[in-house]
Amino acid sequence: MTELTGYLRSDGRKGIRNRVAVAYLVECAHHVAREIAWPNRRDAHVIGFPGCFPNAYAQGMMERLCTHPNVGAVLLVSLGCESFNRFQLESVIRESGRPVETLVIQRSGGTAATIAKGQAWVEAALAELSTQTRVPMDVSELVVGTVCGGSDGTSGISGNPAAGRAFDRLVEAGAACIFEETGELIGCEEIMADRAVTPELADILRASVAKAARYYATLGFGSFAAGNADGGLTTIEEKSLGAYAKSGQSRISGLIKPGDIPPKGGLYLMDVVPDGEVRFGFPNISDNAEIVEMMASGAHMTLFVTGRGSVVGSALAPVIKIAANPEMYQRLSADMDVNAGRIIEGTASVDEIGQEIYDLVLDAAAGRQTCSEAMGHAEFILTYKSFEPIGPACLPA
Amino acid sequence: MSQTDTRLLLLSPADNVLVARAPIAADEPIRVEGLDLLAAAAFSLGHKLARQPIRAGDPIVKYGAIIGTATADVPQGAHVHTHNVRSNYTATHTLEEARTAYEAAREVGKT
Repeated sequence: MTELTGYLRSDGRKGIRNRVAVAYLVECAHHVAREIAWPNRRDAHVIGFPGCFPNAYAQGMMERLCTHPNVGAVLLVSLGCESFNRFQLESVIRESGRPVETLVIQRSGGTAATIAKGQAWVEAALAELSTQTRVPMDVSELVVGTVCGGSDGTSGISGNPAAGRAFDRLVEAGAACIFEETGELIGCEEIMADRAVTPELADILRASVAKAARYYATLGFGSFAAGNADGGLTTIEEKSLGAYAKSGQSRISGLIKPGDIPPKGGLYLMDVVPDGEVRFGFPNISDNAEIVEMMASGAHMTLFVTGRGSVVGSALAPVIKIAANPEMYQRLSADMDVNAGRIIEGTASVDEIGQEIYDLVLDAAAGRQTCSEAMGHAEFILTYKSFEPIGPACLPA
Repeated sequence: MSQTDTRLLLLSPADNVLVARAPIAADEPIRVEGLDLLAAAAFSLGHKLARQPIRAGDPIVKYGAIIGTATADVPQGAHVHTHNVRSNYTATHTLEEARTAYEAAREVGKT
């Protein structure tokens, strides 16, 4: 049995990594942030928001990400004239007890001088973080997300059901598990509503999928990429039913929106489709946007099931890559943590691969690097959205 | 002898499609619900074929749930995909047209 330990944060949550976040507050500061992190890029990860216009969702997301349990210290990099409220962000991080500094490029002597100051700050922060010790941690303290990307006709019959079994085990052990995305649950609304813990939540789950269907209908495209069809998926409903299998068999305890932290263990649906009229474009423009939202809701790591073969990882929180398709696994095995294609070949059962995923979640929590992590993948993307807050019936009593 | 090829997966008893769990070449013998056929097209891993004759307008059922509507009659054993199925929600976008045009242009360039 793997002994779990974590870094205790002031809010009581525990981190499975102790990273420095280097956060740019507008695209104009992105290069400087990247250069600052580069010499220590395995431990200092670049995150940020590219827009110059203010956005409450982005502000909230950055506050959650900079106080994520896997983050030990934060360096904010501002150009100086953007609209992002860096004062509030810095205060939130400071109140969390984490070391934080803001560098304003326009006041720090420009690109080269800011990079030099930033690199020195990161070095000092990493030295400080290396003295922090880990404390015992229980499986019930884990938050695990799941997404799928590059799905094909194999995802829904191998990787997704196996991830669902791992979710069942985690929920049973008291962990919080989060699945998404409502735009890829179109056609599943009734079977999903049957699993809600209360009738009120059942209505909320149905409404969230109806909202997604309307939103995507307005945009004229479903959450469906050309590669999905190459892989044998014909319609969004078919993709949805396969994606739905990631949620496993547990009762659904609640519905959260990006940045809402599950109040206790259980299975949660994340509603990722914005509220109100359609604005700012597609809900999540690529897979990493979904992983970022999982992290903002506290996910220590994300299970990523892929059929066509996504290679991405993530800044801040490890990604466990589950190959659904045995042919793709042969081509990209160094990128894949788990070969669920064995289910299709008939050499492993869904339960066996589910167990393998569960064991790997515990190993990764204990410090084992996942494939994407070891190869330095640290993708990050955050764009504009708008949400209404969730109501009380969304969360378990 | 089984009524259906072991390379073809029936996910739910209510389904009218089967899923290829291994690639199948065009003209390869296959057995679908007791019927011996030659594969009408190549099936890549994860693609679907008709378990029984399907008529235009019929629902397509996979995992025991409706995944779309047939837009043409589909003979038993034929490929079930975007050319003969539409979504009941949002239309499916593929790169098929772009790819065909690109490949045709490259052919012209070669001659």
